[in-house]
Amino acid sequence: MSKPSGNCPSCGAPVQFRFSSSVQTTCEYCRSIVVRTDVDIQQVGKVADLPANSSPIQIGTEGVFNDKPFVVAGRIIYEYVQGNWNEWRLVFNDGVNGWLSDAQLEYDISFQVGGTLPLPGPAEIEPGQTLSFHGKQYEVTSITRARYRGVEGELPFQYWDKTVTPFADLRTGAGDFGTLDYSEHPPLLFLGQVVDFDSLRLTNLRSFEGWS
Amino acid sequence: MTPPSAPQVKMQSLYCPNCGGGVELRGFANTLTVVCRHCASILDTGTPTVRIIGQFQTAQIRKPIIELGARGKFDNTTYEIIGFQVRSDEHEEWEWAEYVLFNPFKGFLYLTEYNGHWNLVRPVRAIPASASSGARPAVIWQGRTHRHFQSAVAKTLFVLGEFPWRVAVGEKVRVDDYTCPPYVLSAEHTGSETTWSEGEYYDGCRIWQAFGLQGAPPSARGIYVNQPAPTESSREVLRLCAILELALIVMALFFYVTDRHETVLKETRQFVQSSTGEASYVTPPFELKGRTSNVQVRTETDVDNHWVYFNYALINSDNGHAYDFGREVSYYYGRDSDGSWSEGGRNDTVTIPSVPSGRYYLRVEPEGDPGTPPVTYTVTLRRDIPNGTFFVLAALLLPVPAIIVWWRRYKYEYSRWQESDYASGGGDD
Repeated sequence: MSKPSGNCPSCGAPVQFRFSSSVQTTCEYCRSIVVRTDVDIQQVGKVADLPANSSPIQIGTEGVFNDKPFVVAGRIIYEYVQGNWNEWRLVFNDGVNGWLSDAQLEYDISFQVGGTLPLPGPAEIEPGQTLSFHGKQYEVTSITRARYRGVEGELPFQYWDKTVTPFADLRTGAGDFGTLDYSEHPPLLFLGQVVDFDSLRLTNLRSFEGWS
Repeated sequence: MTPPSAPQVKMQSLYCPNCGGGVELRGFANTLTVVCRHCASILDTGTPTVRIIGQFQTAQIRKPIIELGARGKFDNTTYEIIGFQVRSDEHEEWEWAEYVLFNPFKGFLYLTEYNGHWNLVRPVRAIPASASSGARPAVIWQGRTHRHFQSAVAKTLFVLGEFPWRVAVGEKVRVDDYTCPPYVLSAEHTGSETTWSEGEYYDGCRIWQAFGLQGAPPSARGIYVNQPAPTESSREVLRLCAILELALIVMALFFYVTDRHETVLKETRQFVQSSTGEASYVTPPFELKGRTSNVQVRTETDVDNHWVYFNYALINSDNGHAYDFGREVSYYYGRDSDGSWSEGGRNDTVTIPSVPSGRYYLRVEPEGDPGTPPVTYTVTLRRDIPNGTFFVLAALLLPVPAIIVWWRRYKYEYSRWQESDYASGGGDD
């Protein structure tokens, strides 16, 4: 399949979708958010200045999870009372999309779970509650009210102009990790694992002054 | 086509809104709170315009033992100390220090220090399973059972440097500690959320080594929550005792089996107190065989309300070497107002140690009071008799170090748990 490309409807710079599963990207020049439809690409918004963030990960970072190579294609950045965190969108070499969350250098990898699992609404969830998915008991460890702060690169769905959204963090005793994202209705469920930085064997990372 | 790499992340610096002094951020954008090193104002860096969130730290200035900016190696990774805080219990009776360790890729670790005891603290990103140990709550983590040690309030007294969270001096959180030396699992409760971390006990020398510091660390006082008991040495003592005890049993068995128990002489004579010369005589020669070992001389008599004294000499007929010894046999009995009584005995046994092999004879010279009735006696010489006394003594003495070690261990655990919420119970119920 040919990689769709075109020009930014806002500034005219070339805009390319490098991954076929991407439906949204940001213009590298004017930071317009552009989505593609069957016929063309449209500007839907503009990214404000991203908050200061020093994740070692960047678009183009490569790594391995469960023996499968991936590349980082985009990100969503959220802000909450204790700082901000990144959801890095991963594209695996078999085309599967995943998310690498970096919350102040604590890392998780998760995958969106489709289907029709019954999920509690935002008013029905509280810390300490137990939820069962795929035979595993997850405990709700925290509920974070997060503010969408921006996007970068390619995303597999349209995602912009969100406001304040509750997120529920889920964990098990064995390092399983999950998120209930209440930015949509019904909520989105992501399940995965807590990951150790070294185990991801990341390359093409950012560098830091004073650290080699 | 790969997009251009983002530029190197530079160390940020800002100006303190209170005193105008420059403040560097070593934790890059991960830092949410920084304390101005010029005026000690606590600054919030998580907002575009730096805000003062605290200005007067009422507590007196605390100096970290290891300075901010020091770099050390933990888990094969270099970490830098970027923050330092002093926390205390609710009543500020005892306080401890916490250091924030940062690596721009791997994130944050923490060091705690109390009375010279150190812990390397790692965030736990799972939920340890609840359990109980006896009547006490416990949690299971990494297959280990951690027993509840104490529930306490931790209050932030003093801060210095940078923190990846919003610091509030005076803030209190409830902390539950669960111990399984050298580990301690801690649950910090804020609101409805619980954050778990795992501390691993480090002695000061390991910390000094990790940071490459000169000199000696402050010595540790008391026994800490998760300080490992000196098990290595006590295990060695116990193992050594067990090995020696086993060797002893094997030796005892070996001697019992291999000893000759050989009767080399048996002579029965009658001693008659007479005026006609001496009652002494020498036995026919006999052979003592085998390795140098003991000889048992048994004297059996029918003495009756009298005594007989035997002068013995075991003489080597080849070189004349003599073992001289005397044995008295006396046996008295009767009846008085308290009933019947007796004293002494009719027989006697003595062991002569370390007699080399060779040809020997025994000289026997009995003596008695004039008027002693005739006494029939039998002298039996036996070679190589197993001597149980040594083995019994050794077997009794050997477990002593083991008992001492066990007792020390018990006292150690007792002292540890005296500091816990379960102080009266001791450590072994």
